[in-house]
Amino acid sequence: MPRITVKVDGISYEEDVEPRMLLVHFLRDRLGKTGTPIGCDTSNCGSCTVLMDGKSVKSCSVLAVQADESEIVTIEGLSSDGNWHPMQRAFHEEHALQCGYCTPGMILAAIDLLKDDPDPSDDAIRQGLEGNLCRCTGYCNIVRAVRRGAGEMGVTTR
Amino acid sequence: MTDTMSEVGRARRRKEDARLVTGRTQWTDNIQLPGMLHVAFLRSPMAHARITRVDVSAARGRPGVVAVFGGADFAAEQGSLPCAWPVTEDVVIPDHPPMAVSEVRYVGEAVACVVATDRYKAADALDAIEIDYEPLEPVLDMTEALAEGSPTVHESGNKAFTWKFAQGDIGEAFRDAPVVIDRTFVQQRLIPSAMEPRAVVAQTDGDRFTLHSATQIPHILRVMLALTTGIPEHRLRVIAPDVGGGFGSKLQVTAEEVLCLLITRRLGRPVKWTESRSEGNLTVHHGRDQLQRISVAAERDGRIRGVKVDLLADMGAYLMLVTPGVPLLGAFMYNGIYKMDAYDFTCTGVFTTKMPTDAYRGAGRPEATYAIERAMDELAVEVGLDPMEVRRRNWIKHSEFPYTTIAGLTYDSGNYEAATDRALALFGYDKLRAEQADRRDRRDPVQLGIGISTYTEMCGLAPSRVLGSLSYGAGGWEHAEVRMLPTGTVEVVTGTSPHGQGHVTAWSQIVADALGVPFEDVSVIHGDTASSHKGMDTYGSRSLAVGGIALVQACEKVREKARQVAAHLMEASADDVEFSDGRFRVRGTTTERTIQEIALATFAAHDLPEGFEPRLDAQATFDPDNFSFPHGTHLCAVEVDTETGATTIRSYVAVDDVGKVVNPLIVEGQVHGGIAQGIAQALFEEAVYDAEGNLLTTTMADYLLPSAADLPDFVTDRTETPATTNPLGVKGAGEAGTIAATPAVVNAIVDALRPYGVRDVRMPCTPERVWRTLQNRALQNRALQNRALQNRALRNEEGASA
Amino acid sequence: MIPASFDYSRPSSLDEALAVLGDAGEEAKVLAGGQSLLPLLRLRLAYPTTLVDVGRVAELRGIADHADHVFIGAMTTHHEVIRSPVVNEHCPLVALATATVADPAVRHRGTFGGSLAHADPAGDLPSVALALDMDLVARSSLGDRIIPAAEFFVDYLEPALEPGEILVGARVPKLGPGWGFHYEKFHRTAQAWATVGVAAAVRRSNGTVEEARVALTNMGPTPVRAVTVEAAVRGVAADRNGSLREAAEQAAEGADPPGDLHAQPDYRAHLARVLTHRALLAACAV
Repeated sequence: MPRITVKVDGISYEEDVEPRMLLVHFLRDRLGKTGTPIGCDTSNCGSCTVLMDGKSVKSCSVLAVQADESEIVTIEGLSSDGNWHPMQRAFHEEHALQCGYCTPGMILAAIDLLKDDPDPSDDAIRQGLEGNLCRCTGYCNIVRAVRRGAGEMGVTTR
Repeated sequence: MTDTMSEVGRARRRKEDARLVTGRTQWTDNIQLPGMLHVAFLRSPMAHARITRVDVSAARGRPGVVAVFGGADFAAEQGSLPCAWPVTEDVVIPDHPPMAVSEVRYVGEAVACVVATDRYKAADALDAIEIDYEPLEPVLDMTEALAEGSPTVHESGNKAFTWKFAQGDIGEAFRDAPVVIDRTFVQQRLIPSAMEPRAVVAQTDGDRFTLHSATQIPHILRVMLALTTGIPEHRLRVIAPDVGGGFGSKLQVTAEEVLCLLITRRLGRPVKWTESRSEGNLTVHHGRDQLQRISVAAERDGRIRGVKVDLLADMGAYLMLVTPGVPLLGAFMYNGIYKMDAYDFTCTGVFTTKMPTDAYRGAGRPEATYAIERAMDELAVEVGLDPMEVRRRNWIKHSEFPYTTIAGLTYDSGNYEAATDRALALFGYDKLRAEQADRRDRRDPVQLGIGISTYTEMCGLAPSRVLGSLSYGAGGWEHAEVRMLPTGTVEVVTGTSPHGQGHVTAWSQIVADALGVPFEDVSVIHGDTASSHKGMDTYGSRSLAVGGIALVQACEKVREKARQVAAHLMEASADDVEFSDGRFRVRGTTTERTIQEIALATFAAHDLPEGFEPRLDAQATFDPDNFSFPHGTHLCAVEVDTETGATTIRSYVAVDDVGKVVNPLIVEGQVHGGIAQGIAQALFEEAVYDAEGNLLTTTMADYLLPSAADLPDFVTDRTETPATTNPLGVKGAGEAGTIAATPAVVNAIVDALRPYGVRDVRMPCTPERVWRTLQNRALQNRALQNRALQNRALRNEEGASA
Repeated sequence: MIPASFDYSRPSSLDEALAVLGDAGEEAKVLAGGQSLLPLLRLRLAYPTTLVDVGRVAELRGIADHADHVFIGAMTTHHEVIRSPVVNEHCPLVALATATVADPAVRHRGTFGGSLAHADPAGDLPSVALALDMDLVARSSLGDRIIPAAEFFVDYLEPALEPGEILVGARVPKLGPGWGFHYEKFHRTAQAWATVGVAAAVRRSNGTVEEARVALTNMGPTPVRAVTVEAAVRGVAADRNGSLREAAEQAAEGADPPGDLHAQPDYRAHLARVLTHRALLAACAV
């Protein structure tokens, strides 16, 4: 069984995994990082989105062995010392979540999209989130939240 | 103390969000218990077949496998999955074993299961189970299913029931009617697709059983599971932890819940089952699937005389919890917001070899609204009126409320004029009509269409006596408990079971106002039958309109008890003690006690009125007298590319009247999400079975849900006409968007294509379907032209020879 | 759902990868980004015995600017392709089409070579490879083999790769000045596969089409070169006055479009005509 070393939300793990183990199952079942949920089996819904070496990936479509030597950030690693990431605050402020199941993936996809386009248009936000499905919100408030989050992140980085 | 603003009506950010945006969630699949085993189900690949052999022996030897069961292993104890709504005396409710024993009737039906030490090993061992089937004829089309000689799903035949309702003289209404619109609409089958797949965790200590489930209905589930499995209700605890959306799909008593309980009972170890999406598309109950024939008789000026509806409703293979009742929830809504003299409704429930249907957001009411709102547009064309004008001529005027409709419901309040005027202004109706005319003139390949939907719905399910008269198996009340804690904070226990709606926030607002305590000082307990012992759960836009009222009533009781204690402590008569902003004051004096002081004094119980029971806590169970009737006007502008058939929504305006609003942010969110689902039915979604009864749309790559990139921004606004039937004046907001949006979109598409002779497009209005409709119209138009030319030529010849 | 068991190997060089693949037998599969393969494994539609993960083979990654072509390494991610200045300058059609693949997260993992080797006619890159006459480079223990795109897509999900061969990358010819490009994708939702797609490259001069390359996505078991259109469009006016439309009318000729859940063959054929016209217009920038 291959041994992998992965840093998840700032903590290093060394684990033996079956080659077929999906990254999302590794996170959830092995490490107990249940903040990242699973919504489908065809990489369509994006609920399981995490950042892998800084880029958004769908953790249901990555094998844990492929994540060897990488650094993963999940929704649980975004806030520190109780301080939420601006995007988490923005989702709360704009009521951009209802059941919350898609929210971790949506927030991480939003953060990723701002890396390329720190001040996206509404259309760019919608296109950038095309791989993350939400069944509750109709997306209007998610778009608003990403815009707000972008604004706040712009302020903090400037 | 500063003047406190009313909490009700404030756009409070949700208390629920903190754990959801940080990943500190408690989804059922998160649960790990010592010794927990994992269950995987083998599912029928056949739509209809006799099971002739089940051999699980090879699977038993697979690594990590603890047990393997076939249907026969559970036959003696699994009972039949319940249907709580025997809609007629003679309704056929077939036996519905949670695991098929001798016959399978839809693809996906559970036929065996593996219990193993982890989910990977459980999945592996499924491959080693051998089952032989003897194929039987599938039954897939409702009309064919009812025809003589059709193969049957059950021995009793394919008809589940016929349910009729009539008011007024429908024969008279249609006799010599100047205008008759007669249309058949297809409500395609939908897959609800809550983002969280179902999951179940069952455990027992040998005496008591605990079931965690991703359910909307922990309370109903407990009752039903007790009845189904024989586990006594008082030894069964059901918990709905964080639940990731439901939309009706988690309003069910499922095979997997029953079987997980039976497995844990048998093995004595905790078990978990988590559904995959492709498994869920097959086996989470589907929605809609009706064939609707609607006839409208009207005067030349567009005034409706009567409406006749003949419905075929696809039940699927079995009747599940409220399967046969779903179309009936629409039975009283086909008249919409309109006045008429006669109404006639017939619904026949039909068995097919498909996944059973059941409640999906709106349940019966979206279907009804779709049919009448589509028919209104057709009527407008027939009588040569603007579609909004024909609605104005027929709708119940604001001055006419309360109004008892032809379907026998009393609409307590409404203002269709106000909502419509507001919507028209936001939409820019006249300008869009002008652009439409221009595009038509230019024969622009991209045509503009405008769709209207002026809807109402019956919410706040439901008055128990009405449910009784419709043969439903339970009541429609809701329960709440309010506990004043010694330190003055408040614990609320609600019988509603939120799964995204934000009850914790909204209930906190209601209690904050009612008891004058800070919003932050209220917590809400829900979704666990051990802590919330009584409830009817969440569906049918009922939680606020029924559960919220129970809460208000419980708060009133707390306040009255506290008033007695306050009066006693301030040595005044209770009649002289006023309450406002959390303070009891002796009228005309400055003597006062805060409710928190009263809570502490009651806890201490040192000095209470004679005979006073030392508690302020109170419970209330509210059973509504009437439904509530939200309404609104939705307007949709689409661009239809006549070359590809593609539809793009250009603008969407929704003005809803949900009565008084507790939290406008939450209401707006509900409306947004509802609209998105309504649009999705109109444009994208359909569960498709092939000719053998295989579901083709098993994954999200095939069953297309819209993403942010596929939907426009929605313009939403509200008018506020309070309900007169409850103290909050609220009506419910959970389903409005879904009910309104579908006809608005399809009306817009048909409107865009009217110049081409198009009168309907079947849902979902995919590009191909739009294109094909145009092709067919073009062919027919050419045929008509040819015939006209031939006729003319013939006449000319005749004229020449004469 | 959960993949069935397989053996796993993660070579760090191409030679090692070839050796492992050679030893692993017929049912071994190369794992690139996994964005097509993993869903298939999860749905248990594929049961490879061994996955050879080439994710750490540095030689397979990267984009090189050569005199007459751009070489795109097989393991270059879609994300990297879209952002490559070299690709955008010399073969913008590749960048345009790649930007329509799935969604951003999938494009972070999914690879250029993986998409080609998967040989899905509904994929966006195979038709682009065909339109641009890419040369695909396969390596085996015997050395490199150049496979023209026209010969690479043998059948549905069947590339012209022999067992033991690994796709190393593709040489994308630089078409030089005067060319315009467009990828016209028609799909029902943003992340859905193309119902039909059209990759078009057009060289114009003085308002006339000198030469065009047109290939179609999801119009048969393999991507399809619309040769009739290419012939018909030569020499016509690059404007909106109808001659491009007329040429595009022949787009579906020789194609064998599939009928499935998302479209029937006649509708696909119709779409091919409409979309080809649009792609030509866009490539001509008129």
